[in-house]
Amino acid sequence: MSLQVTSSVLYLDDVSVSFDGFKAINNLSLVLEPGEMRAIIGPNGAGKTTMMDIITGKTKPDSGDVYFNGNVDVTRYDESAIATMGIGRKFQKPTVFENHTVEDNLLLAMSGMQTIKSMLFGGRTHDEQERIDEVLTTTRLNTRRNDLAANLSHGQKQWLEIGMLLAQDPKLLLVDEPVAGMTDSETEETARLLREIAEDHAVVVVEHDMDFIRDLDVKVTCLHEGSVLAEGSLDSVSSDQRVIDVYLGR
Amino acid sequence: MLRISKPLIILFAIVWSLAGSAFAQSADVRSIIAEFATTKSFKQVEAVVEKLGATSDPVAAPALRALSDGKLKYRKSDGSVFITVEGSAGLSLIDPVSGEKVDSSSAASSDFKKVKVKNSLRRKIAAVLSGMTLQSKSATRRLAGAKTIFETSDASALEALDAALTNEENAEVKEVFLDARASAILASDRTERAKLDAVDRLAARGDRAALSLLSKFSASTDGALKEKIDGAMTSVAAGQAVWANAQNIWYGVSLGSVLLLAAIGLAITFGVMGVINMAHGEMVMLGAYTTFVVQQFVAAFAPGLTTYALLFALPLAFLVSGAVGLVMERGLIRHLYGRPLETLLATWGVSLILQQTVRTIFGATNREVSNPSWMSGAFEVGQMSITWNRLWIVLFAMAVFATLYFIINRTSLGLDMRAVTQNRRMAGAMGIRTSWVDALTFGLGSGIAGIAGVALSQIGNVSPNLGQSYIIDSFLVVVFGGVGNLWGTLVGAMSLGILNKFMEPYAGAVLGKVIILVLIILFIQKRPRGLFALKGRAVET
Amino acid sequence: MITKTGLSPSAGLGKATRIFIGIILVAAIVVPLLNITLPADNTFHIPDYLVALLGKFLCYAMLAVSLNLVWGYCGILSLGHGAFFALGGYAMGMYLMRQIGTRGVYGNPVLPDFMVFLNYKELPWFWYGFDQFWFMALMVILVPGILAFVFGWLAFRSRVSGVYLSIITQAMTYALLLAFFRNDMGFGGNNGLTDFKDILGFNIQTRETRATLFALSALFLALYLFVTAYMAASRFGKLLMATRDSEARTRFLGYRPEKVKLFVWTLSAIMGGIAGALYVPQVGIINPGEFAPANSIEIVIWTAVGGRGTIIGPVIGAFFVNGGKSLFTGWFPEFWLFVLGPLFVFTTLYLPKGIVGTTTEFWQKLRAKPAEILPEAPPQAAE
Repeated sequence: MSLQVTSSVLYLDDVSVSFDGFKAINNLSLVLEPGEMRAIIGPNGAGKTTMMDIITGKTKPDSGDVYFNGNVDVTRYDESAIATMGIGRKFQKPTVFENHTVEDNLLLAMSGMQTIKSMLFGGRTHDEQERIDEVLTTTRLNTRRNDLAANLSHGQKQWLEIGMLLAQDPKLLLVDEPVAGMTDSETEETARLLREIAEDHAVVVVEHDMDFIRDLDVKVTCLHEGSVLAEGSLDSVSSDQRVIDVYLGR
Repeated sequence: MLRISKPLIILFAIVWSLAGSAFAQSADVRSIIAEFATTKSFKQVEAVVEKLGATSDPVAAPALRALSDGKLKYRKSDGSVFITVEGSAGLSLIDPVSGEKVDSSSAASSDFKKVKVKNSLRRKIAAVLSGMTLQSKSATRRLAGAKTIFETSDASALEALDAALTNEENAEVKEVFLDARASAILASDRTERAKLDAVDRLAARGDRAALSLLSKFSASTDGALKEKIDGAMTSVAAGQAVWANAQNIWYGVSLGSVLLLAAIGLAITFGVMGVINMAHGEMVMLGAYTTFVVQQFVAAFAPGLTTYALLFALPLAFLVSGAVGLVMERGLIRHLYGRPLETLLATWGVSLILQQTVRTIFGATNREVSNPSWMSGAFEVGQMSITWNRLWIVLFAMAVFATLYFIINRTSLGLDMRAVTQNRRMAGAMGIRTSWVDALTFGLGSGIAGIAGVALSQIGNVSPNLGQSYIIDSFLVVVFGGVGNLWGTLVGAMSLGILNKFMEPYAGAVLGKVIILVLIILFIQKRPRGLFALKGRAVET
Repeated sequence: MITKTGLSPSAGLGKATRIFIGIILVAAIVVPLLNITLPADNTFHIPDYLVALLGKFLCYAMLAVSLNLVWGYCGILSLGHGAFFALGGYAMGMYLMRQIGTRGVYGNPVLPDFMVFLNYKELPWFWYGFDQFWFMALMVILVPGILAFVFGWLAFRSRVSGVYLSIITQAMTYALLLAFFRNDMGFGGNNGLTDFKDILGFNIQTRETRATLFALSALFLALYLFVTAYMAASRFGKLLMATRDSEARTRFLGYRPEKVKLFVWTLSAIMGGIAGALYVPQVGIINPGEFAPANSIEIVIWTAVGGRGTIIGPVIGAFFVNGGKSLFTGWFPEFWLFVLGPLFVFTTLYLPKGIVGTTTEFWQKLRAKPAEILPEAPPQAAE
């Protein structure tokens, strides 16, 4: 029996990391309850992406605790292991396999735990096909299923990447700037998509687009210089004097 | 022993110069020499030799030398002793004291008998001779004499040595005399006290010769003296090991400088542009051939300036290789940015073209590039031997390093280069013409390779394959040291050089190199970005 | 717009691949037949030297196909694949040396000539077993395989990639080159192993033996192509290419790219080793020169010229470049490098997809033309 440290799905306590003396994350603490969706805002260099790097195992913190699912100390695992545990990530820059079709991208996303042997000799199961169809429908990419990912529009790539997260079916989704470079209608559509996903997943969304965040209608955390500056509803955070100062560069 | 091989004529000249002062004693010498005619056994010959030695009269030297060479003979009829020279018409006779030719045109060999000599006697003679030379006017002769005594531990020379010491004014010679004396004392029957002091003296000398002398006496002594000698041996051996290490480090530094020269240009291009230039070795090769051409040219048109040909070659080599590098960057590499593996292949193609071009023009064989006088020869520091060309190359490598360090850290080009290294896109956004920086960087890196070629032409063969032999090592230096930091290259080059030289005695040159390669391959597993790697978010993207 | 190129996964066991494999299989039978059965003056007779030359090319092609598996499909540019080829070759060479028996110059039943010459008193331990064909065959697979596995395990685990990986693969083959040049390594020093007499009891010089070796090489090449095509079409192949294009992404999906790479890297090394083993009896010699870094880079250019990441490209490239080399060195032996050098430059600059990749792309464009007349599908997901 492992010790249950917390009941939360994600628990960061007093985490710090520095690169060559520059403190990218500074005593950061953050708690995410199961099924919760959280929006993270903050100016450039606030440590948003580094925070995601830490949660997904890309960067090891210098100090502090990071627990997933209550009792899993993620700092002891690498990216693959953490992904297998159920943390999915969408990158700031859409990162899909451009030389593969949309369908193959999804197929790859859902078979992360397979052995080399089964991948060499096994075919596609009926369940997998159903799941792919389901994700394609959710992300509205049905008609593009046989196109190469490279040929998708920017927004479609973002959706494909979110679709890959869905196919991966993680407990926690980290979504980095999902609407950067999207048109207004695409942005609305993405908000709808994320709300749908949040119904049965914990989600962390990093975004600059305030309209989009308002659309999501969730608790907001504002980071600044690697620490939490303010937390609460969007209205309370955006009326916080320190947040205003930071954004206006005072 | 060195003296024996020297021509007799020199000895005669020295004897001649001493003749004035020694004349008074020469009659005595003559009578002793005459005693050789009556000797029946080696023992008796040895007694006469010692008598001659006791006179300390250099006039006796030619006779002794002739005896050693088997040329001292006496006439059976009247027992007079001569130095004889074998000729076609029989023997020609030389007076053993005056050195003048005796008029006796047809001396038959059968009328003469050789004074007996054997090897142990020859050693004796050599020691006696050196005792005589201790009073010589020439410092060189005195030194040589003392050295012989030192090496043979000739106790019989002790008195001559003591006598010479009181007269000796040259401090350097005096030191050598004291060493020789210590060696002789150990072999003599002097007091234990004197011998203990002698051991101290030898231990202070601390070189290999002292060590071998001490080990010789260690076997033949006992008690306190043996303990003392063994203690001295341990300390001398330890000192020896230190010097051997120092010599190895020097060799390592020298090899490291060569690696540094070959790799530093590569480090810049790799660091700033992220491209691997497989033709880098050929830039070095071009520099070496430039040196060859300049030397030929100077020899043909301004022979007086031959010594300075290298100095002319330096800027030219920089220009030639730099220009080739610029052309390569503009014509090829800039079309391949962001595709490092393709760049690697394309530059390999260029390297083949350059090699074949040089082979076509200059031929496939090695070309001779001569060392100027100020780069040949060697000198000694303590017990290390340092050759001038290696020393110059080490200094030159340091100078190149310092210059580059200055360019990168203190000039605006350097600032631009560092900016591009750290964040190419941002640097571009700040108004730095990144493509211009790339071209200059590449030209600079190639030019440095060119002047490295000038240096390398001084220590190795100049052939079309010159670059190939350095390129893999250069890569390893860069990979080991890490990119984006000149210090990394310096530390990488030096540690690889020194490591290499320390492996060689144990594993041999080739196997040592193989081991180093394996070690580097393992090292890269631990530190995939080298010793001095940049850290942070920007690195992996 | 990126169209489906040679780099795409869908190539699979396509029609072109099947035809190409068919041609190789036919050649495996027809070339030896035309060589053996027809008299020398017949128009269709294939002379011995041509069989030998083509047999050599087949081995080169096998090697290029192995390299393509790691470079073309997985993005690992190995500058040391010649090492695996040479190791396989040495294993075969050791077997052939031990088959000489008392027929050597010194007539020693156990020790090969060079060992007698170097005053070896007994056979070094690593030569034990090489008198058995099965043991040699096992070593041809194990030696390159284990070397690649250990090397790859270390390298991929610590995420050495890109040019760094290329450089240490080059260092690997360079280290082996230096080691094999040493006389006291027990591999014949710089002379290598040669003067072979027979293989499995058949005289290595006879036309029939040579024809058999040719046919075997062709069969293996066909097998290699089949393996490549099968793998490319499998789900593993998709992962392989995904790893090539975005290794980090596969990791965040829960894959272990280091394992994927290690598998394909080791497989590729074994394939290279077998190619070397088939090469040695056909050329009659193996020496340390095969480990030269320049050789390994040449393999890369065969693959690049033919088209990396395509199934048949490496074969085309190996035949094209080596055929060119044979012809050209016949005309102007001095100037081959003046051709090879620019070939590197030209291929990387203007033909990055190689002959096959570029041709395929061209064909697809031609075929895609009529489709363009149809109205573009309405924008999706934007309702």
